[in-house]
Amino acid sequence: MKTVTLSHGGGGKAMKDLIDEVFVVAFDNPLLAPLDDQARVPMSALTQQGNRLAITTDSFVVDPLEFPGGDIGKLAVCGTINDLAVGGAVPLFLSCAAIIEEGLPFDVLHRIARSMAVAASEAGVQVITGDTKVVQRGACDKLFLTTTGVGAIRAGIELAADRARPGDAVLVNGVLGDHGSAILAARGDMALDAPIDSDCAALHGLVGAILAAAPATRFMRDATRGGIATVLNEIALAAKCGIEIDEAAVPLREAVKGFCEILGLDPLYLANEGRLVAIVPAEQADAALAAMCAHPLGKGACRIGQCTERRPGQVVMHTMLGGQRIVDMLIGDQLPRIC
Amino acid sequence: MCLGIPAQIVRIDDAERMLATAEVGGVRRQVNIMCIVDEQHAPEACVGDWVLLHVGFALSRIDAAEAAETLRMLGELGEVQAELDAMGQSR
Amino acid sequence: MKYIDEFRDRDKAATLVREISKIAQSFRQDRPIQIMEVCGGHTHAIFRYGLEGMLPEQIELVHGPGCPVCVLPMGRIDDCLAIATQPGVILTTFGDAMRVPGSRGSLLQAKANGADIRMVYSPSDALTIARANPDREVVFFGLGFETTMPSTALTVLEAERDGIGNFSVFCNHITIVPTIKAILDSADLRIDGFLGPGHVSIIIGTNPYEFIAQHYRKPMVVSGFEPLDVLQSIWMVLRQLAEGRAEVENQYARVVSAGGNAAALRAIERVYELREFFEWRGLGSIDYSGVRFRKAYERFDAECRFAVPNVQIADPAACQCGDVLKGALKPHQCKVFGTACTPETPLGALMVSSEGACAAYFRYAAKAA
Ligand code: SF4
Repeated sequence: MKTVTLSHGGGGKAMKDLIDEVFVVAFDNPLLAPLDDQARVPMSALTQQGNRLAITTDSFVVDPLEFPGGDIGKLAVCGTINDLAVGGAVPLFLSCAAIIEEGLPFDVLHRIARSMAVAASEAGVQVITGDTKVVQRGACDKLFLTTTGVGAIRAGIELAADRARPGDAVLVNGVLGDHGSAILAARGDMALDAPIDSDCAALHGLVGAILAAAPATRFMRDATRGGIATVLNEIALAAKCGIEIDEAAVPLREAVKGFCEILGLDPLYLANEGRLVAIVPAEQADAALAAMCAHPLGKGACRIGQCTERRPGQVVMHTMLGGQRIVDMLIGDQLPRIC
Repeated sequence: MCLGIPAQIVRIDDAERMLATAEVGGVRRQVNIMCIVDEQHAPEACVGDWVLLHVGFALSRIDAAEAAETLRMLGELGEVQAELDAMGQSR
Repeated sequence: MKYIDEFRDRDKAATLVREISKIAQSFRQDRPIQIMEVCGGHTHAIFRYGLEGMLPEQIELVHGPGCPVCVLPMGRIDDCLAIATQPGVILTTFGDAMRVPGSRGSLLQAKANGADIRMVYSPSDALTIARANPDREVVFFGLGFETTMPSTALTVLEAERDGIGNFSVFCNHITIVPTIKAILDSADLRIDGFLGPGHVSIIIGTNPYEFIAQHYRKPMVVSGFEPLDVLQSIWMVLRQLAEGRAEVENQYARVVSAGGNAAALRAIERVYELREFFEWRGLGSIDYSGVRFRKAYERFDAECRFAVPNVQIADPAACQCGDVLKGALKPHQCKVFGTACTPETPLGALMVSSEGACAAYFRYAAKAA
């Protein structure tokens, strides 16, 4: 089995071969092709799409590298696109830096690079520059990816968390907690066999559909680490409004419910990689919801609650029993529990 | 304390070692069935059993009749209330 | 999910709340009825479903000592860290114990500093790790009430049968009855009735609680953990109070019997013996409230196998956990609640795990109050 060694990071021929063989082949596009120190992009590529530049950067570390429904490569591409998309930007270009631990099998790296390429081309974005480093065993965990995304925002689109107002509807585009449970199950240390795939997906198409149907949409955010609970708290704090959600309306897959029951986890805090929260004025909520449901990535969309005047800065859940509880931000990670 | 949840035994993995597979909402896990097996209830008979699961051990079989009885009693309580309410209104 | 969803039914809950209110109104007393849920699992359900807010004002729920993680004293965590940091040791633990603070940090911090600490779902997974790492010493951090005891006992018996020599348990199992008794014996007790621990009772049955009804004349209802179970049990306690009865009743008959689980009790009896006393965070030392391995199983006892410092550390003086446990104080009435004592920096036992009354209060209710 061919593996990556420190010589692949030495800056010599081995490194060039690795880059050519793995990344250039996969990402192949004219902007990347010169392989200079920088990619050069004509300004018009951006100005045609909007009047503001959107830039985002994100690092990806995930164990295991490959999991049901995706891998670190797809995750990096989709996650970066989503960070652009929820701001209303059309995603255009990505950079990708890879930090590789020596000993990583080449075929794993190949698979991940190809998966990135597929995700990027499906999303209509190009990976136009990158970097590769190889580090000693133990200095990183198999593979870390850092991706920067560039997009353009059309004139007139203004999305911000502090624009949420009492009365606004809180929408999500489908069942929650799939990614978090899929990863925990794939790690294997709880020895659970869960039929759950990560929801990892690029959401810019869905965001476009929402904005077209509900132009007054106030804010969107992908509910990644910390789950929906964290996003809602961020919105409530930024907008100084309350948010009330209805437990019975929160969409969850049966297997995710089972998974959470076994490990004593709260699905509201589980990560998602293809789910977003949209805050939409009440009068456009139905239109937004219809547009979401008509999109392949919004099939399970629903309204889970609304912004309120009461209890500014707080998220309150009306439980399925008819009680209420505060949904707080977590201090650390959720750990499985037995009591 | 002591998170315990209802699970269904779907397969016996190793009768001698008392290992079986249990399922909750489609999620599966190997569990120990020592505490629900006795002379009257052999390991093989556990398939299909609903059990109360705690840290990978089936602690008890769930008595379907008792569960139904609890729910029936609560249902009746609701009906009595509804009748009383109706009487109150008709007066 | 079967046996879960039907016990979370909104209409039936509303019915129970109405019945509870009816009885509560009939009480003529100048202070609220205090019902203690002994078990942290009930505390969790009460907060998770917002049950407290659904109940009439006359009823006050007192969140008891039944979180085996919260009540571990600092010294035991320090001892555990001393084992975990010995060369060659893999310490395996339930996730609950990871954040519990000792005097020199938590297991989570020790892991960050390089100790090989792994979270497991089951003690049997710890044994699997021992099988896979014959050149390492695998120690399981055994904790929990009677519910969890059989699982460690059966795992030790399996290790014995298979001749696995590199597996041991740092035993912190505790028993519920002496603890309830300690609470009942405290001078300023105000509790009117108890919700009994459902899952402990699967193992020990309902018989061991008879003294609560007979000797202390307090009603106890052994309760399940779904919200309807909890509400029904509260209603049953109130009915006893209204009718002047003090009995042990079993709401959780679908899994709990009077005599308990014979196989589980046999395993416990075979492997463990009572300790003369065991130290609890917040409650002090309680006689015969903990177990240790019998002589015959000494080689599976991490305390015999490793040099354990046996650290004794007094609870911080500002802690009022004991008063909160006895229902004399509500969590937010403690002097340090939310200031010196928060879930991020817990001082007392009850702030430690999400099951702890103070942590649950802080997390779900404090801001609403
Ligand atoms: S606030 Fe802290 S010290 Fe006070 S009773 Fe609660 S846990 Fe104990």
